[in-house]
Amino acid sequence: MTTTASKAVLDQVAQIVTEVAGAPVADVTLDKSFTDDLGVDSLSMVEIIYAVEDTFGITIPEEESKNLRTVGDAVAFIEAHQA
Amino acid sequence: MPEIVITGLGAITPLGATAPATWAALLEGRSGVGPLDQDWAQDMPCRIGAQAAADPAADLEPSQARRLDRSAQFALKAGLEAWADAGFGLGEANQADPDRLLVALGSGIGGLTSLVANWDLLRDRGPRRVSPFTVPMLMANAPAANLGLALGARAGVHAPVSACASSNEAIAVALDQLRWGRADIAVIGGAEAAIHPLPIAAFGQMQALSRRNDDPAGASRPWDQGRDGFVMGEGAACLVAETLSHAQARGARIYATLAGTGISADSHDLVQPDPSGLGQRRAMEKALLDARLTPADIAHVNAHATSTPQGDATEARSIAAVLGPDSRAIVTGTKSMTGHLLGAAGALETLFTVLALIHRVAPPTINLDCPDADLTIDIAAGTARTLPDGDLAALNNSFGFGGHNVAVAVTNAHSTV
Repeated sequence: MTTTASKAVLDQVAQIVTEVAGAPVADVTLDKSFTDDLGVDSLSMVEIIYAVEDTFGITIPEEESKNLRTVGDAVAFIEAHQA
Repeated sequence: MPEIVITGLGAITPLGATAPATWAALLEGRSGVGPLDQDWAQDMPCRIGAQAAADPAADLEPSQARRLDRSAQFALKAGLEAWADAGFGLGEANQADPDRLLVALGSGIGGLTSLVANWDLLRDRGPRRVSPFTVPMLMANAPAANLGLALGARAGVHAPVSACASSNEAIAVALDQLRWGRADIAVIGGAEAAIHPLPIAAFGQMQALSRRNDDPAGASRPWDQGRDGFVMGEGAACLVAETLSHAQARGARIYATLAGTGISADSHDLVQPDPSGLGQRRAMEKALLDARLTPADIAHVNAHATSTPQGDATEARSIAAVLGPDSRAIVTGTKSMTGHLLGAAGALETLFTVLALIHRVAPPTINLDCPDADLTIDIAAGTARTLPDGDLAALNNSFGFGGHNVAVAVTNAHSTV
């Protein structure tokens, strides 16, 4: 896992979060909590999960999605499961 | 019982992005009808429509717009215009008491586009691709609820559903609530976004839509012998109404008085109007009674007049029967220019009726080249007509599938413009 790859994943996640929930791209950093920092409500989180699945070609089981509290959690999950 | 006045107007329509732009185009006799260029329309028997003159999402954040059906986007655009027009602010600048503010806004069809789009996703990609916002986007009360949320309305949010009478029914509901003292302010209206292949095909199968595809601007022609059905329109219109004392206490500009409403049901057929016009007459008579007006007071009628062969003829007879042979009322059918905004039509045409009283002008009915031979009402054919000086009263009719008839009466009593 390289820093460049992480940055690319983060950029794509940031774009999804911005599109779905309206948070500015620059605010979407690894340490941010989706609900507490980025204003993502529960329905928007569902949309974000599915957009991430489509974008990265992965599946996020419902029990796993509950553990994705921060942007960093999501990026780590994506990197661990990407083909 | 308190008097209720109208203090704010807003609209997004096939004729303009705002109420003033729409009104200016209306007085010029401009048609908002055009060809439907979408690929899906090319196989339809009806390939024309009155599409909104502006994108209702233009002022919304993209993340907000994507979770609102187009019908709710229209409601927000027109509702916020009316709210600002009445002199109210938003957020910190919102001085209205939320517990004394209600919203009543109808839609005939609701979020059909969102419903069908998510059905496509379910069928093609499975349940995990259905948007979690599907239900709050498709429900017919979504336009009203979103506007209520934007304005902070806590006295109640009402969303009457009575097909093409929905927003006149919303006016009736709001008027009652204000009169009963359950709120001081009401934001009232209607919103519709049904220019979609399913309703165009379905109304087409009912033979309800005009097929004058080679002449879009001439397709909506109330009372003309060449009429062959209505033209689907889309958009929203909103009015701010408040008790007279509330409006006066805050020094609001008063456009007109919301004097009364009358509701009836045909109980004749689910979609065909009762050819005797009994239900239509009852609605107008009840509105006059509620407003303490007599037929002789009525100077102007904005008719439902959708440009269907039977509907226009029945309504003309009903109006003539209620107002009597000595009536001086100038009647108009503004759907000749806007097309038929279904559940939003009543609010839009009540808004036109208010502006007609303020400016003392009856907007024209365009395309009335060869009127039905037996008409006994005086129609503003072709060009706008001046209304008399002094006290003015007017009626707006809306009738909907299901046999719903709702008439609204407005007067220029208390007007400060």
